[in-house]
Amino acid sequence: MKIAVCVKQVPDATVHKRIDPATKRLDRSGEGALNPTDLNAVEEALRIKEAQGGEVVLVSLGPEKAAESLRKALAMGADRAVLVTDEAAAGSDLLGTSSALASALERVEADLVLFGQASSDGDGAVLWAAVADRLRRPLISQVASLTVDGDSVTGKRQTEHGYDLISAPLPAVIAVSDAINEPRYPSLKGIMGAKSKPQETIALADLGVDAEHAGEAGAKTTVLDLGPPPSRGDQVRVEDDGSAAQKILDYVLERRLL
Amino acid sequence: MKALVFLEHHGDELEKGGLGVLSKAASLGEAAGVVLGPGAGALAARAGAFGAAKAYACEDEALSAPLPQPRVDALATLVEKTGTDAVLFAASVLAADVAAGLAARLDAGLNWDLTDLVLSDGDLVGKRPALGDTVLVDVGWTSSPRLALVRAGAFDPVESGGSAEVEEFEASFSDFSTLATLVEQTQEEASGPSIEDADIIVAGGRGLGSPEAFSLLEELAGALGGAVAATRAVVDAGWYPYSTQVGQTGKTVSPKLYVACGISGAIQHKVGMQGSGTIVAINKDPNAPIFDFCDLGVVGDLHQIVPKLTELVRSRQ
Repeated sequence: MKIAVCVKQVPDATVHKRIDPATKRLDRSGEGALNPTDLNAVEEALRIKEAQGGEVVLVSLGPEKAAESLRKALAMGADRAVLVTDEAAAGSDLLGTSSALASALERVEADLVLFGQASSDGDGAVLWAAVADRLRRPLISQVASLTVDGDSVTGKRQTEHGYDLISAPLPAVIAVSDAINEPRYPSLKGIMGAKSKPQETIALADLGVDAEHAGEAGAKTTVLDLGPPPSRGDQVRVEDDGSAAQKILDYVLERRLL
Repeated sequence: MKALVFLEHHGDELEKGGLGVLSKAASLGEAAGVVLGPGAGALAARAGAFGAAKAYACEDEALSAPLPQPRVDALATLVEKTGTDAVLFAASVLAADVAAGLAARLDAGLNWDLTDLVLSDGDLVGKRPALGDTVLVDVGWTSSPRLALVRAGAFDPVESGGSAEVEEFEASFSDFSTLATLVEQTQEEASGPSIEDADIIVAGGRGLGSPEAFSLLEELAGALGGAVAATRAVVDAGWYPYSTQVGQTGKTVSPKLYVACGISGAIQHKVGMQGSGTIVAINKDPNAPIFDFCDLGVVGDLHQIVPKLTELVRSRQ
């Protein structure tokens, strides 16, 4: 079983995230980390590999320094990494990102492609559906538990109304929810071993992706303006001295909320 | 602007989110609705009351399960047929997959998590709070059709009393689109109003201290006529069902009143409830982040305050 896991480097949680007013893009110059919910996808891939054998390949799109973040997933136990990196890919929207990833995935020829829940910076939770359409493969998203059985896969999908059990033949694209597992910490041996695992860096041209279909040139969406968020208005603060319940009631009555 | 709005349905009800987006689209120009699946024709007719002049329906059996890929095929067919300027979606687990699949299929731009849609010189512009709502971004599209996912609860459905002309259409399906199949569906039935529909939500987090303390919130919600919601931490701990989880990995809600009890206000929760009209927070920790984005912040013990509040509300009735 060959499993590809799509992962992304995002600004580290401790970095104050900002949008560069000049490029209107997220400032990625600070410390980077592997997107937290991608770890669930890596963990799930490792569990499948441990049970059934096979190979876990990381596939990512990002700047060169994203290779550092990929090493963390290699330390967890992934076998190798493919990083698509290209100046021309900077500023890609969903269309450019999904076509670059889909092309890289076609090269990997995985039986199963896994995604994590959502990136902590773009927060779209939409990429897998675009990639699945480009790859022309069945998709199951928001998967809280997964079984791979021979040549098919069954996922329990969390929805607003409950759970849907969905089955699909391999090869398939699966997006896991962060409820699916608890990602492992890399062992010291894993960390040492990660350094010698194959990390391939490829450019868009290697994938046959036209530069004009990637990056800002290929984007069909655009950032027009940046502004401050709408303010919530004046805040009231109360320390409970026994009368807080009454104060809450008065507050909501005043605003005609009851 | 000519917009097509995807109207998701559950059972024999159209979802409120889609109807809200439809009302908004009707206020900006010519709006049509589309309902997909067996029984779609009858549901599509209801779109007229929310501003649709036209409503499309495809009743193909391939659309009976709530799966995204056959819906991409159907919408791609319809967009080609009608030449719409925009395809709008109210965010949901299903709609996000449909919208992104359609974007790839049509090579069309998709903007997501929009809290408002406006016209600027006749062009559609979306408002998107980003980076944990620390910045408001105006987003646009460079080509047609423009695809948009609207944040849950951003627009209320407005009944205009009109009627829609219903047109049924046939869709053809890609070979890969029907490979995924629904094996089984489990509904989580909660008592009282669902958190998506409730005007008042009483929500609990780790500060409750124990699963039993949820009964305090249920009593308050009962007195207020509201629903009970939970944070991811307590759902993960098994204190309350997943169907009530509010946040990045749960539901996005926007009630008129949100009472947060023992909730610290982590970003993962904040993104699911910051659209609420009025936020009241009760927390023992005066430094809890929730005090930065609530309207009324109460520093105190929820175990004391909530039962008192329930009594006060009851005594008014």
